Amino acid sequence: MVEDALVSERDNMLVRIREALSVAAPLPGQDHGTAREMPVLSSIADQRRVLPAVGQSFDEQLALFRANAAELCGEFRLFNDLDALVAELKGLCAAEGWQRLASHGGELTGAACQALGLPVLLTDQAFDKRELAACDVGITDCDALVAQTGSVLVTSRSAGGRALSVLPPHHVVLARREQLVPDLPAAFALLKAKYGGGYPSMISFITGPSRTGDIERILVLGAHGPKKLTILCL
Amino acid sequence: MSTPATQFNQDARRLSADLRHRQTIQTAMGKYEVARDQRKAAFHDWQAARQMAAETKWEAVNHLDRHLEQFVRNIEARGTKVHWAGTAQEARDLILGILREKNARVIVKSKAMTSEEIHLNEAMEQSGYEVVESDLGEFIVQLREEPPYHIVFPAMHLTRDEIKDVFQRKLGDAPSNNPEELTMVARRVLREKYLQADVGITGANFAIAETGMLSITENEGNARLTAALPRTMITLVGIEKVLPRLEDLALFLPMLSAMGTGQTLSCYNTMYGGPRQAGETDGPEEYHVVLLDNHRTALLADAEQRDSLHCIRCGACLNVCPIFRNVGGHTYGTTYSGPIGAVITPNLRGLNDWKHLSYASSLCGACTETCPVKINLHHHLLQNRRNASRQKPSWWQKAAFKAFAPLATRPALWSLVTKMGRLGQKLHGFVKGSRLDPAYAWTKTRDLPPIAQRTFKEWWRTRS
Repeated sequence: MVEDALVSERDNMLVRIREALSVAAPLPGQDHGTAREMPVLSSIADQRRVLPAVGQSFDEQLALFRANAAELCGEFRLFNDLDALVAELKGLCAAEGWQRLASHGGELTGAACQALGLPVLLTDQAFDKRELAACDVGITDCDALVAQTGSVLVTSRSAGGRALSVLPPHHVVLARREQLVPDLPAAFALLKAKYGGGYPSMISFITGPSRTGDIERILVLGAHGPKKLTILCL
Repeated sequence: MSTPATQFNQDARRLSADLRHRQTIQTAMGKYEVARDQRKAAFHDWQAARQMAAETKWEAVNHLDRHLEQFVRNIEARGTKVHWAGTAQEARDLILGILREKNARVIVKSKAMTSEEIHLNEAMEQSGYEVVESDLGEFIVQLREEPPYHIVFPAMHLTRDEIKDVFQRKLGDAPSNNPEELTMVARRVLREKYLQADVGITGANFAIAETGMLSITENEGNARLTAALPRTMITLVGIEKVLPRLEDLALFLPMLSAMGTGQTLSCYNTMYGGPRQAGETDGPEEYHVVLLDNHRTALLADAEQRDSLHCIRCGACLNVCPIFRNVGGHTYGTTYSGPIGAVITPNLRGLNDWKHLSYASSLCGACTETCPVKINLHHHLLQNRRNASRQKPSWWQKAAFKAFAPLATRPALWSLVTKMGRLGQKLHGFVKGSRLDPAYAWTKTRDLPPIAQRTFKEWWRTRS
């Protein structure tokens, strides 16, 4: 009975929509005349013509990512080998006094967590969310870094689920420089190529540490998500 | 009896004379304007981006049936339950049904204007659920038991002292009026709620037809947590939020951030395509999507104003509107305020009760000029006025035009009237602003520019 009602509301709504659309509307930017079809939608090249510039070379894009990360109050550091990256992580661990880590079995996270020698909550298996909330740091891999916006692209598959990158107070992202993409169109193309056969249930562009301006438009970091975002790049 | 129109007039009169309110809004808007203009300038071609966004939304809205069906097919394929709600009542009943079925007790919500629109919180609270708004601004106005002031900045009308007061009163915890310390109080309180909550409810900014995903833009991480920790997740979304393709977000996300808050990109832009999938260890076990019509199809049927369904709720038109900036968000008495609210509310909730909003405009066109998806806002305000006077002609307007027409069509008479006007204006100076002034209602807060000493024709005749 309930199911019938739902199905019929679906049909009712679609009927209302089709009836409403039987009268054509003017095209955007035109006050007169109407049209049935939009000639063509924007291509990636069209989008790149209008979006903020990113520079052609890798170095320009890296510099842009670095500048964006700094403006967003995130930390971005580049290393030549894994040992240097791990040494930096150990330094952070000592400086902030981490007791409990949370991470997942990723390409870079495994080696990094092992080196720290602290108890690790892995979110690859079933875990208790209160235990995750009590961790000092969440260490994850990522899918891409976006130069144009200074964003880190993560998914529930690449970065240990939904909560790991947002519940602990410090999010450390481990990345490789090959993962830097120039802009948002490239990031979406990457998502389609990588996951087109079956998307993860969550895809997130993380652009700086969590923030709010809800009190007198004054910036405060760490509203609900991480207060700190550190990107360590190999 | 208090009608929406008399209420609007009373509140507008009070607030436009409230200098402290004006100061608060001007300060907040000043910071926003600087950031917004920087972001716009960073675009290679902002005007072309607007046209592109408008065309994409045109396609989405003008083939809504096709895109909506595709969206539903794709998101259902990953185990999401999609519900269709024709009215606000149906949407409330559907959501309350899910809460009952899940034996829920605590509900955590991230910001959703659709839930304000259907008065979801009241319905859930009346049914005995504990409902917590998790966006800081929404949390503050929820504690103050008032509706959001602005669709993007719900608590923009409040000072830090007022926020400290309400935290002290309702939470018993307000160390100082420092914004950072106040934010940390909210963080502590809400952390516990995320962990307790049985159901998380969100809105959405975009629904992607091609891949069956809902995209949520936020800064605080509250929507991320709402979508990660409770066992059941519900997203309430208007049917007009559809975008055809995943890559359309490459354009819409930075445009929304630029116009909404003046950011390159908001902190979290997240796409949800279903409940926890095979191989995933967290996220909700059940995901429900409620598609809301609530008179949107009526607006869709008006080809002239159909583009008002392109709206991405960035709030940019509110921020530039001289009326909004003087009378404030609550005065509108509607879920959606400012120019976009003045355009759609009469269509969604009845022209006769809400037409006054379409008159609350100087028709300066700043809204149309700023709109990132090129909604023809100020023309729609005029169309609402036209429709309203067609539906229920106003006797005094008719009388005024009857008196005006013979003057305006007879040059000699016109010239006589302007001469008398000049004299009248001089005499008016003696009574202006006092109770003796016959035009007191108008002149107590306004100046009429002086009528020119010479008409154009007189000047033309005497030019050397």
